[in-house]
Amino acid sequence: MDASAETLSIARPRPALTTGRAILLAGIVIALALPFVAKSFLLFQLTLVLVYAIAICGLNLLTGFNGQFSLGHGAFYAIGAYTAAIMMDRWDISYVWTLPAAGAICFVAGFLFGLPALRLEAIYLALATFALAVAAPQILKLSPLEHWTGGVQGIVILKPDAPFGLPLNQDQWLFFFTLAVALLMFWAAHNLIRSRTGRAMMAIRDNPIAARSMGVNTALYKTLTFGVSALYTGIAGALGAIVVQFVAPDSFTFSLSIALLVGLVVGGVGWIPGALFGGLFVLFVPNIAEHFSKGLSGAAYGVILILLIYLMPSGAGGFVQLVARRFASFTGRRSSRTGGNT
Amino acid sequence: MELLLQQILAGLATGGIYACMALAIVMIYQAIDHLNFAQGEMAMFSTFIAWQLLQWGLPYWAAFVLTIGISFIGGLLIERVVFKPIHDAPVLSHVVVFIALFAIINSAAGFIWDFTIKPFPTPFGTSPLFGSTLIGAHQGGMIAVTLLVLVFLYIFFRYTSVGLAMRAAAGNPESARLVGIRVGWMIALGWGMAAAIGAIAGMLIAPVVFLDPNMMLGILLYGFAGAVLGGLTSPGGAVIGGFAVGIMENLVGTYVPYVGSELKLPIALVIIVTVLVVKPGGLFGRVSVQRV
Amino acid sequence: MTALLEVRNLRASYGEVRALHGLDFAIEEGEVTTLLGANGAGKTTTLRALCGMIPTQGEVRFEGRPIRGWATEDVVRLGIAHVPEGRGTFVRLTVEENLQLGATARRDRGGVGDDLEQVYGYFPILKARRLQQAGTLSGGEQQMLAVGRALMLRPRLMLLDEPSFGLAPLIVREVFDILATINREHRVSMLLVEQNASLALGLADAAYLLETGRIVMSGPAREIRENESVRRSYLGY
Repeated sequence: MDASAETLSIARPRPALTTGRAILLAGIVIALALPFVAKSFLLFQLTLVLVYAIAICGLNLLTGFNGQFSLGHGAFYAIGAYTAAIMMDRWDISYVWTLPAAGAICFVAGFLFGLPALRLEAIYLALATFALAVAAPQILKLSPLEHWTGGVQGIVILKPDAPFGLPLNQDQWLFFFTLAVALLMFWAAHNLIRSRTGRAMMAIRDNPIAARSMGVNTALYKTLTFGVSALYTGIAGALGAIVVQFVAPDSFTFSLSIALLVGLVVGGVGWIPGALFGGLFVLFVPNIAEHFSKGLSGAAYGVILILLIYLMPSGAGGFVQLVARRFASFTGRRSSRTGGNT
Repeated sequence: MELLLQQILAGLATGGIYACMALAIVMIYQAIDHLNFAQGEMAMFSTFIAWQLLQWGLPYWAAFVLTIGISFIGGLLIERVVFKPIHDAPVLSHVVVFIALFAIINSAAGFIWDFTIKPFPTPFGTSPLFGSTLIGAHQGGMIAVTLLVLVFLYIFFRYTSVGLAMRAAAGNPESARLVGIRVGWMIALGWGMAAAIGAIAGMLIAPVVFLDPNMMLGILLYGFAGAVLGGLTSPGGAVIGGFAVGIMENLVGTYVPYVGSELKLPIALVIIVTVLVVKPGGLFGRVSVQRV
Repeated sequence: MTALLEVRNLRASYGEVRALHGLDFAIEEGEVTTLLGANGAGKTTTLRALCGMIPTQGEVRFEGRPIRGWATEDVVRLGIAHVPEGRGTFVRLTVEENLQLGATARRDRGGVGDDLEQVYGYFPILKARRLQQAGTLSGGEQQMLAVGRALMLRPRLMLLDEPSFGLAPLIVREVFDILATINREHRVSMLLVEQNASLALGLADAAYLLETGRIVMSGPAREIRENESVRRSYLGY
């Protein structure tokens, strides 16, 4: 469960391991205490932060660790959300079961959508997923699907109560539930990256030809990664629907995909704990921006994105990681960098 | 039969807009090997500029020409200021910056002109063309202007030395430098022209779809569909692709049940994915091999 | 007496790897100078360095004017035409468009038509194929096109990167005969990079021998040809 430890260890090999663990533990303790101190609206927002973090983590597996692009993860989020809403509303199935179902459906959808990726340049994949994201709201509105999707009206669902007679209100319970799912998903992602599969994914990202010549089945790994990435985002979508208690086509416009991309870049491409910071960013920054003027959140997103790319033209890492590294190299023994040639 | 003909003509008219967008996309793709996801927003912003000029009392065609000029300079500046510094950055950085531009421009338009839907005038009138019921005057005007743009571009690239230099810079930048072409400026010029073409598309489609900050997202998707269908490496192909997508959109909307009458974006999605899977080079382009 | 091109302590590197370790050489007006060396000795790098295609340190003077660090486009404007490795053909453009592009950096637009005819005079095959896409030409024809494109600049100095590479012996002969003619008739100076040393020494007035980024020998071409070790290592007899 030392998800954050690993990356910090890049900057500071020995002590960071314990620092990372300590940060993680402190984080969990704070998270456990939150529902009892935070007001219910703030708690609702924090629950959504976790939801976005899971979605961004999924996108990170794809982009950060496998080098593929998606501008369309908003669509997978939508599929997950609708899966949950339809199961709960139309078939009266418990919310708990909607998560594996949403994950499975999105895994298949992502796997299928990842197939063209095998033949395409990265930029074409970005295009195909862009098209998916832009078309998603209209697909959800299609009249043949209206029986399930509720068309433009969408579907309203009910918030679940805490089980086993636990003395928690709905918001508190949902926060704990989401936190548990998030921890599980991050732990799984962390282990995936450190497994043989994860190394294969990164080998494909760094050098596809070498990966292939080492016997890595690049086609299989790329489509599987797409599937797993969509699975994460789909589960996040299902959770999001349960938390918001409502799904409608216009909740899943292209801006959602933009938000996930922003969260990825801000949190750090190829840095798993970054997704949490990405989630915080995409939830709270637009609120702050809208405070000044309506519609300003787009500009805030855009300017921050461009600044980040200028700071780190390679696109790897993210704002938080940058700060963490600076901080680490400031406090810790500076790793001796070889002086560049002049 | 008359319905069919009418739909095809209407398809040609909107197809002309898609063709313009496709052409703008292809111009930037040729210059820097990237897809400009902010192309539609740039066109939308240009259209708002035209609207503002009209509000200030400029005659239509003066506003039209001035907007094209402003857009050209704007496109040029975006390349010089935003994209030149990250010229060598990997694909992810480019995609992120395009998306950033998308968000900034969309947001800025809403900030300046708010998000309410505005009518936009047509210079061609709304009466039926030549008393025919098949096609309206504005649709006729859209087709005519599109064709004019195409002829102009053809002459520019085929017969002028700047056009030749731009083609050389796009095809082989290193060699182009060795004959003394300022490749950076050729790329910027490509951006300027793409922005200008987008502005024309925006001003022509605005009377049909009305003016608002989100007006171009769907149209951009059709532009992409046209460009991919015709081939991202072939300007001529992109134009044909744009027209073809316009006709397809209208026919599917009319004859296939369940598909509504508004923008039919899933059609664009299907076209894009199908072409990328079946024939990634498009109908007239070269097959682009995955760079590894 | 100042040389047309003077190079002092020219250094260049690819990332961390230094490719040129301080070259000193000069090219005299109207002469053909050749740079000999094995694969990886730094010949192509030297040409690229002169044209500002890679970052360099040191000093490069053209007609006494310091030009190191100039952008490629500006170097070309001085009348330095580079026939690059791999010929640099604009494959999607026609043969004639390729040639017209060669004149891009010229101030006098007037003489372009005449020069085009002159290039066609040197290479009649290009005239026969003038409206063909340049990518469809054979390797030898593309080499001729590259030389022709360079000539369209009316260059003071031509930098030639392995013009014999991949060509049939007869074609090589033809290309080198024309290079000799150009040098003689128009007094175009040349810096010729070649792996085929005997060919290059046949054309050149002066020669430099490059080994792993350093000049290890220099002198009049005739003397270099007579040198025992050069003969054994590069000429093979």
